[in-house]
Amino acid sequence: MIDAIDRAIIEATQAGLPLVAEPYAAVAKQVGVAPEEVTRRIERMLENGLIRRIGAVPNHYKLGFRGNGMSVWDVPDRKVERYGRLVGELEFVSHAYHRPRHLPLWPYNLFAMVHGRNRVEVMEKVERIAELLGEDDRGHEVLFSTRILKKTGFRLPPLPPTTAKS
Amino acid sequence: MATPMPLRKRYLRKPSLEPPPLTALEKRLLDTWQKGFPLAPRPYAEIARKLGVSEALVLTILEKLREQGLISRVGPVFAPRRVGASTLAAMAVPEEELERVAALVNSYEEVNHNYEREHHFNLWFVVTAADEEKLRQVLEELEARTGYSVMDLPLEAQYHIDLGFPLWC
Repeated sequence: MIDAIDRAIIEATQAGLPLVAEPYAAVAKQVGVAPEEVTRRIERMLENGLIRRIGAVPNHYKLGFRGNGMSVWDVPDRKVERYGRLVGELEFVSHAYHRPRHLPLWPYNLFAMVHGRNRVEVMEKVERIAELLGEDDRGHEVLFSTRILKKTGFRLPPLPPTTAKS
Repeated sequence: MATPMPLRKRYLRKPSLEPPPLTALEKRLLDTWQKGFPLAPRPYAEIARKLGVSEALVLTILEKLREQGLISRVGPVFAPRRVGASTLAAMAVPEEELERVAALVNSYEEVNHNYEREHHFNLWFVVTAADEEKLRQVLEELEARTGYSVMDLPLEAQYHIDLGFPLWC
């Protein structure tokens, strides 16, 4: 679990670290702890998976990666983990997830976000996934986004009313 | 399975949408530093040292990339699921109702991503709440207020932690 200081650090950094020579010191000042405390806690959050990575967060769309396809796959449940790992390792897949089906409208249990410069490139990559799955690809679709309606990046969810204050 | 691409032409090379040209150094910075940002007192100086340039130049480039919107930020990428509860939700909304429903969905601070996608399920958004109960509440409220059902697709497993991916390699 995270405590109040972790929370304050998350809130101070989720929109990005300041682009100054000593960014952790700036965060530390804002949170009211020592700079080493900030890096120590960030390191711990990295270790326990709360932070996936730290670095430059590219806007793929603006960088010319306009083909951003959510490919969804119906694979046998007992193999979903194996295929999830295989597909997730592909360099053009940024996220691979197992999610529940909702039959009959939604038969897909494996999601893989495929990136490319355009739709044709994405479809070529999707074909590579299809080849990888072979007969276990019991159906797939690619959902292209046509509009970003909202994108605020991750925000720490508000605390429940009982404890929320700020 | 063949997937039709009716809008394919629209997405092929629009000159006006070409990304701004980047220098070799900028590309290298972007490709190499999507992860592993140093936890040292002067992280930009460390990056600069590895790239063989000055700290000031690294800061200038990052500032420029951020201003141009080519990077959204430099910092930690949090795993939403580890904090509170979250799910991927999808709705099938008739075209003429899409604006109204999307505006309603977006009005929730629990919604941080919302994409329109080409599919029967055309509205896809991520809902993150403090806990499971609050999450349920938001989904139920959305159904009641929009009049359309919400397909709830919570994460069961994740196979690839997003560590960035090669942009130019």
